[in-house]
Amino acid sequence: MNQETHPSLVNPLILKNQIGEDLSETEEIYKENIIDHYKHPHNKGEIEHTTSHRELNTSCGDELTIYLNINNNIIENISFTGHGCAISQASVSMLTDKLKGMSVEQAQQISQEDILNLLGIPISYVRMKCALLSLKTVQGALC
Amino acid sequence: MKGDFPILKGITYLDSAATTQKPIHVIDAISHYYKTSNANVHRGLYTLSQKATLAFEDARATVATFINTTPEHIVFTKGTTESLNLLASSLNLQEGDEIVLTEMEHHANLVPWQQTKATLKFIPLKDDYHLDLEAAKELITDKTKIVAVTHISNVLGTINDIETLTQLAHSKGAKIVVDAAQSIAHLTIDIKDIDFLAFSGHKMCGPTGIGILYGKDFSNLKPYQFGGDMIKEVTYETSTFQEAPYKFEAGTPNIAGAIGLAAAITYLETATHPHITEYALEKLQSIEGLKIIGPQINRAPVFSFTLEGIHPHDVAEILSKHNICVRAGHHCAMPLMKKLNIHGTTRASFYIYNTKEDVDTLVEGIKKVQEVFK
Repeated sequence: MNQETHPSLVNPLILKNQIGEDLSETEEIYKENIIDHYKHPHNKGEIEHTTSHRELNTSCGDELTIYLNINNNIIENISFTGHGCAISQASVSMLTDKLKGMSVEQAQQISQEDILNLLGIPISYVRMKCALLSLKTVQGALC
Repeated sequence: MKGDFPILKGITYLDSAATTQKPIHVIDAISHYYKTSNANVHRGLYTLSQKATLAFEDARATVATFINTTPEHIVFTKGTTESLNLLASSLNLQEGDEIVLTEMEHHANLVPWQQTKATLKFIPLKDDYHLDLEAAKELITDKTKIVAVTHISNVLGTINDIETLTQLAHSKGAKIVVDAAQSIAHLTIDIKDIDFLAFSGHKMCGPTGIGILYGKDFSNLKPYQFGGDMIKEVTYETSTFQEAPYKFEAGTPNIAGAIGLAAAITYLETATHPHITEYALEKLQSIEGLKIIGPQINRAPVFSFTLEGIHPHDVAEILSKHNICVRAGHHCAMPLMKKLNIHGTTRASFYIYNTKEDVDTLVEGIKKVQEVFK
C-alpha cells in the first residue's frame, strides 16, 4: 500500500527516525516560529472557495476544514478553520502558505516528509497525527 | 508506599484514572502463578490444574468479599467495557423500553446501550458539575428498565449519589447499573441494593485484561458468548448452559489476571489513601489562567482543567518533558465535551502512591508550560 496516498496511516519509515527521540532541550519542539504560527495563524477563516474538506483527529478531537479556491488548475487562494494543538495549527498555517499559487498536481505531490521539513522540529510518534492532519485534509480536498 | 511500585522512579505519574501502576506484590503474584501453578482451570484432573482452579476460584472469593458479596455474583470479564457490553447485549431490552443514563458517561457506558432497541435519556449536569437529581425524578418513569450511571466521572471527578439514584430506579421497577471503573479505586463499595456493578482490575493496582461484573440476580440474562466452559450439555443440534457466573465465562479465562487482581485487593487492604484532594484543588486553582472542569465538593482526586490559550496536548507534551505523566483530550467522553463547549481538557489524576510533593511538582510544571507560551 502506498502510504503517501493514505495519510491517515503514518509512514513507519518516517516514524523509525523519530521514536525514542529524547530531547535534551526540553521545549525544543516549541520553537518560537511554531508558537508564532499557533498564536497568529496564517490563512485562518473561511474564504470564497471552489472546494473544501473537513477532517477530524478522532483521538484528540482536533478538527480542521480546508477551503480551496481553484481556477485553471491553480490554487489561487486557500484557508482553514478549526481547532487543534500548536503542532497541528502551525502545520496547517505553514502548509497553506506553501500551497498558495501551486498547481493541483504539485500540491498532490506534497509528502509527509515535506510537512515534517516545513515544521523543522522533531515530532514524536504520538504527535505525528497532529503534524499530518493538515496534509490529510488537503489531500482529502484534492482527491 | 511509592517504594512498592518499581516503575515510579524518577517520574510523577498522574494518570491513574487511565490505569494505575502495579505494586511489586501484584507483579510477584502473577509471576509466581506462572512459575508454580499454570494449567487450564476447571477441567484437568491432575494436581497442577486443581491448583490453578483453586487459585482462580479463590480470586473470585477475594473479589466478592472486597465488595461485600458472595462468589456466585462475580463474573470475570476483560474489564469494565466488556462488563457493560455483556449487560447491554444480555438484558433483552425491547423497543419502547427506556434507559436512563447521565450526561457525564464514559463512552463505555453509553455506546453499548446505543446498540440496544431501547430509547436513551440523560440526566443533565448542573452548573456545579453534579447531577440534577430533580430532573432525574422526572426522567425515571415506569418505562425505564435500566438506570446506568457512573459512580465517579472519569472527566469531572464528580462523585454521584448512587443511593438516591438506586432508590429512584427501584421505585419505578428499574434496575440500577453502576460503572465503578473510577470509584473502585477511591471509595469503599458496599454492593447493598445495587443490581449490577462493573469495574476493571487495572484501575486498582491489578493487571490489565481482567474486570468484574457483579450481578445481584443473573437469572434473566442470556449468555452473550458461547463455547467451552460455559455449557452444561452439548449435542450436534443444541446446548444447555451452566448457571451464573460460569454461563458468562466462555473459553479459557484470564487466570493470571484474576490472581493478580486478588493480589491487588490484598495489597490495598493494607494501603492508606493519602488525603490530597483538597490540597490539589486549592493549589491548582491558585494558578492564573487555569480553570478546573469539575466540582468543588463531593469529588475524587481526578482533575480536568483548561489553561487559557494553550491546547491540552501541548500542556501534556511539555509536562512529559519534565517527567510528569498526565492525559489530554476528550477522555472518552465526547458528548460531555460538546455539552461543556470545550474541545478537551488536561487531566491529572491521583492515587494511593501520590503525595503532596507530586501536586507541587505538577503546579511547577504547569507554570513552565505557561512560560513556553508566554
